[in-house]
Amino acid sequence: MTDIRHHLTDALLMGYATGTLPEAFSLVVATHVSLCDDCRAQLGAYDAVGGAVMQTETAMMADDSLAATLALIARGDRTPVAKPHLGGIFPTPLQDYVGGDLDAVKWRRMGGGVSQALLKTDGGATVRLLRIPGGTAVPDHGHRGTELTLVLQGAFRDETSRFGIGDVEVANEDLNHQPVAEAGADCICLAATDAPLRFNAMVPRLAQRFLGI
Amino acid sequence: MLHMLTHVQPQSKSNACLFTLGWRGIAGALPGAGKIASVTTPAPPDRLAWSAEMTAIRDLRDQQAFAALFGHFAPRIKGFLMRSGAAPDLAEECAQEVMATLWHKAHMFDPTKASVATWIFSIARNRLIDKIRKQRRPEPQDLPWGPEGEPDPADALALAQDTEKLAQALASLPEKQRKLIERAYFGDLSHSEIAAETGLPLGTIKSRIRLALDRLRHAMN
Repeated sequence: MTDIRHHLTDALLMGYATGTLPEAFSLVVATHVSLCDDCRAQLGAYDAVGGAVMQTETAMMADDSLAATLALIARGDRTPVAKPHLGGIFPTPLQDYVGGDLDAVKWRRMGGGVSQALLKTDGGATVRLLRIPGGTAVPDHGHRGTELTLVLQGAFRDETSRFGIGDVEVANEDLNHQPVAEAGADCICLAATDAPLRFNAMVPRLAQRFLGI
Repeated sequence: MLHMLTHVQPQSKSNACLFTLGWRGIAGALPGAGKIASVTTPAPPDRLAWSAEMTAIRDLRDQQAFAALFGHFAPRIKGFLMRSGAAPDLAEECAQEVMATLWHKAHMFDPTKASVATWIFSIARNRLIDKIRKQRRPEPQDLPWGPEGEPDPADALALAQDTEKLAQALASLPEKQRKLIERAYFGDLSHSEIAAETGLPLGTIKSRIRLALDRLRHAMN
């Protein structure tokens, strides 16, 4: 909990508080916040702004509104109960999307030893789990939009820094990087992008259409 | 059917005039949305009172406390949902559901991590995403419940006061800046258009929540 050094940007936390992030980004934010009390507290501050904004407007309620609400209450609690953590390395929001923990992931090989599992989301951005064997490099690439990469196991390094468990790298157009997994355990990451990556070599570029990156 | 939206100014002492508020045609576009009027009303009572009412709902299932919370918050939830693009009838239905959730989940409310208004906002926002935008919303993992029992009233008071200051700071921002923040929370800005630098005193609130989280983790270990 205390080792996290790379956090979400304020813009992402505020976007999550306002509910305007694409679902794929929201999943990365919710997963990181599950691991990071610092970002959870900052998100609480942006929610507080929402509370203040909500108090600036009123609309007239229907005449029988309170009675109708009490009747609704009398029908019992229908709000879904949050699922308990199943154990393992994924926080609950990610377990929800995977349908389990690491052992439930349906990996597909991408070449170069790297595997991925695309998670189903709507809304113009995509999110996947990546498994990069220790010591392996992900092909050198740039970004057209924003790429969020959250480490869940192992660690990777790129031109900018080292990213360990709970760290999130927020990459945009100005970052060209070649992440390399540290020796040791497979590096497992949750990665979301809102635009296709821009690979700098021909082979991954050709493979891209088959991989849906 | 008349659905009025009323603009509330937390700092209303110096400004008692009526004025009209225009925004992206929601009133005009929705049949039955009615005329939108903006008036100033007195500042809401001490927010800490809402915390006492939450406790009364949680421990005593107190319907009077609920009615008081309903009277204050339900019109604000509905206003927020309408400003966020919901048709009046759907906004009414969702506001009722949000208030019903407040009743059922009162035991989940922790005043050292959020004010009542903040907590209600988060329920309303999630309802908006789920029912009105029909999107799935991944939520952070619930925090473990510590064995420490009742939250420290001093911590709850400090957070409530800081949240009150935040509302006042929002009201006293230059209009252009305030509108931009409101538009972000009403969902009018895409995430790439959001300027996270709000000019609001968020640091103190973050520090207070961080402290509450540290205590919780400490109590867990």
